[in-house]
Amino acid sequence: MGSIENLVTQIQGLSGSIDDIAHLHNILKVADESLHAEPSALSSVLDQVDPAKHSLGYLYFLEAFTSGPVSKEQALTLIPILARFINCCDAQQIRFAPDKFVSVCKRFKDHVLLIESPLRGVSPMRAAVRKLQTTSEHLTTLHPDFLLLCLLSKSYNIGLSVLEDDIFDVDQPRDLFLYCYYGGMICIGQKRFRKALELLHNVVTAPMNAINAIAVEAYKKYILVSLIHYGQFSTSLPKYASSAAQRNLKNFCQPYIELATTYSSGKIAEFKIYVDTNREKYDNDKNLGLVKQVVSSMYKHNIQRLTQTYLTLSLQDIANTVQLGSPKEAEMHVLQMIQDGEIFATINQKDGMVRFLEDPEQYKTCQMIEHIDSSIQRIMTLSRKLNAMDELMSYDPLYLSKVGRERQRFDFDDFDTVPQKFPI
Amino acid sequence: MEPEDEIYENGGGEQPPPRSKPIISGEQLDVETYASLYRDRTKVARLLFIADRCDNGAMPLEALRMEALRMAYDEIKKGENTQLFREVVNKIGGMLGDKYEMDAAWCETVDRRAEQKKEKLENELNSYRTNLIKESIRMGYNDFGDFHYAHGALGDAFKSYVRTRDYCTTSKHIISMCMNAILVSIEMGQFTHVTSYVSKAEQSPDALDPITVAKLRCAAGLAHLETKKYKLAARKFLETGPELGSHYNEVIAAQDVATYGGLCALASFDRTELKNKVIDNLNFRNFLELVPEVRELINDFYSSHYASCLEYLGNLKPNLLLDIHLHDHVETLYDQIRHKALIQYTHPFVSVDLRMMANAFKTSVAGLEKELEALITDNQIQARIDSHNKILYARHADQRNATFQRVLQTGSEFDRDVRSMLLRANLIKYDHNLRASRKL
Repeated sequence: MGSIENLVTQIQGLSGSIDDIAHLHNILKVADESLHAEPSALSSVLDQVDPAKHSLGYLYFLEAFTSGPVSKEQALTLIPILARFINCCDAQQIRFAPDKFVSVCKRFKDHVLLIESPLRGVSPMRAAVRKLQTTSEHLTTLHPDFLLLCLLSKSYNIGLSVLEDDIFDVDQPRDLFLYCYYGGMICIGQKRFRKALELLHNVVTAPMNAINAIAVEAYKKYILVSLIHYGQFSTSLPKYASSAAQRNLKNFCQPYIELATTYSSGKIAEFKIYVDTNREKYDNDKNLGLVKQVVSSMYKHNIQRLTQTYLTLSLQDIANTVQLGSPKEAEMHVLQMIQDGEIFATINQKDGMVRFLEDPEQYKTCQMIEHIDSSIQRIMTLSRKLNAMDELMSYDPLYLSKVGRERQRFDFDDFDTVPQKFPI
Repeated sequence: MEPEDEIYENGGGEQPPPRSKPIISGEQLDVETYASLYRDRTKVARLLFIADRCDNGAMPLEALRMEALRMAYDEIKKGENTQLFREVVNKIGGMLGDKYEMDAAWCETVDRRAEQKKEKLENELNSYRTNLIKESIRMGYNDFGDFHYAHGALGDAFKSYVRTRDYCTTSKHIISMCMNAILVSIEMGQFTHVTSYVSKAEQSPDALDPITVAKLRCAAGLAHLETKKYKLAARKFLETGPELGSHYNEVIAAQDVATYGGLCALASFDRTELKNKVIDNLNFRNFLELVPEVRELINDFYSSHYASCLEYLGNLKPNLLLDIHLHDHVETLYDQIRHKALIQYTHPFVSVDLRMMANAFKTSVAGLEKELEALITDNQIQARIDSHNKILYARHADQRNATFQRVLQTGSEFDRDVRSMLLRANLIKYDHNLRASRKL
């Protein structure tokens, strides 16, 4: 007990400047063992330490306090404490001990899930993510947990706001897989299929030595979303996908690949039959909703194809070509598509004719100019980044030694100053 | 059903099932005149082919079939091929009277004679081989080749002819070897050999005489036709000189050169090429005189009289289906010609009334609409159909908008690709560092 008191005074004393905090950190690391020994004793101490000013110390206490299994009632009491800490802690201090912070947040997430109200965890987790990130391009271990909570509580918008940031720095590959997978699901929920495709594509083509379940599930959804958005799907993975993925992914996703081939034949009746026969498989993967969206997208793509060939077409003809039941259904579909902005047309109900129009976008408005300008700026920044990375790579000693070793030597005089072996 | 409907009723390019539908011929094929254009083996082969094609029991065709079989019988009797003889007798089945029955005595005599000749040739060849006289060995193999060819053993004939290659001394020998090999290969249907031997013959250092050149061109054209390279086939046929005459009757007649060349050119050439190489081609005009219908239909196509052009095509079709080389290409060629006609019709106009167009092509508006839809989807015609008023409007893409669209799209794709690339690079670097740190 005495040592804990000591610690408390030290924490209160040494929470000023950065050097003090570093010193404090060392002390805390040493004292960590003893803290874990008596978790229950810490509850009183927690009130003495201020989470905002003495974040590091509070973090250590909190981590030791919450270690070990908890019941539902305990969880209920713990959650507000944890939430308060996360919301008001000092980002600089906790970055000294990121693992502890991560484990505290993960426990918070577990508690929230235990009491089955994920919504309570969304906002604190978001704050946690922001505090743990060194830059906005940094992917932390907390990102996937945050997205998981967003998914479970159906608060997709908040998830989207975090997804808008581009990610370049990754702590752990597994985090990236989970992040992209959950992110893809959130985008699907918000019907932002393009972004979903991008995220799922990242999972599927990420470098991996052996295939993992996340990639398999992601590939299944990738097939379905690609059918909804583009109306087609190519089974060949790009060259940069890992060989493990290229060889094995298809074996696990057979029903989906067959679905894609049936889709490309264009016959809606056959397609529906195929979906019905394999209903259970899709249901087990919890993809049945997506599959239904694929079915309705088939009508849409067929109607879109018609806009390329016809200027006006009767509703009866549309119904026949697209294999809908009646002109009324055709009218409903076309109306829906006009409202969603997927085609440009006018319906003449008196004649039962639809008139397809050209895309009215003239690319002359101010917004368009601004859009183009910002795109240009964005791409220039990206290029600069790419160049910087390239330069960095070319100074890297490991890279140079490898390249130097494999270089051809044309004759004995052809020696560069790149040595064979570079002492690291 | 009008003959016209047959053109687009059948599926594109696939062989029509063996005569489930009777051929309605515009002009019945006169088997005698047709057969008189050829000689030797190809005459027999063509007659047998016609007989097979007509095999479905309808009355006028039955007469045709019998006529073909009769002539085949006569022709085979002049030769020494007992295998073919037996086939023909089976097909005749005694329906042509006593004169055309199985002549077992004749068969036996011929076979015995063949055996003797074969032995003699073998002995001669062996003696030449021991003597190592190149010229005699070459002639020995040549004779062997001729012998096998006369008796219908085409594979052996081909092998024997090819064996002469090692003993050829002058370029004349090489050319004769090539011609023999080409002949046998065409009969066997192995057109890859044909192409290789044609190029071999053309590489001969001596100048070839014009007849041989013409023969080689025809052979090359046939090879391209069989491999569905219609443009190349057309070019080869069009380059054939008029010296060909009837010198290559054991393979192809001058009328065939005109028909094959004309149809392939029509299906695959664009307008300028058609004018330069076909209509203004003086050499080819000699050939076209032999088949005035093909000449007429090419001229009609060029001058946009599509209805009469398609009518000629329809009339020619039944006879073309009986042709041994062209029959499985007729559908594809006809489809291509029809599509070209449709595209050419719509090309000069900003808007086209579909009813007038249907009249010009002698078809219904609905059918025409379907055909046009297929062509538009294939991007062969840049237009859009106003189905309400039945008008086709030409549609020229707005370049400016299209450019903007493409720019924005390329930009976003670049953005996406570079970002995921940087991410992957990062992952690989992480992995590498991990492994490196583990090793250390």
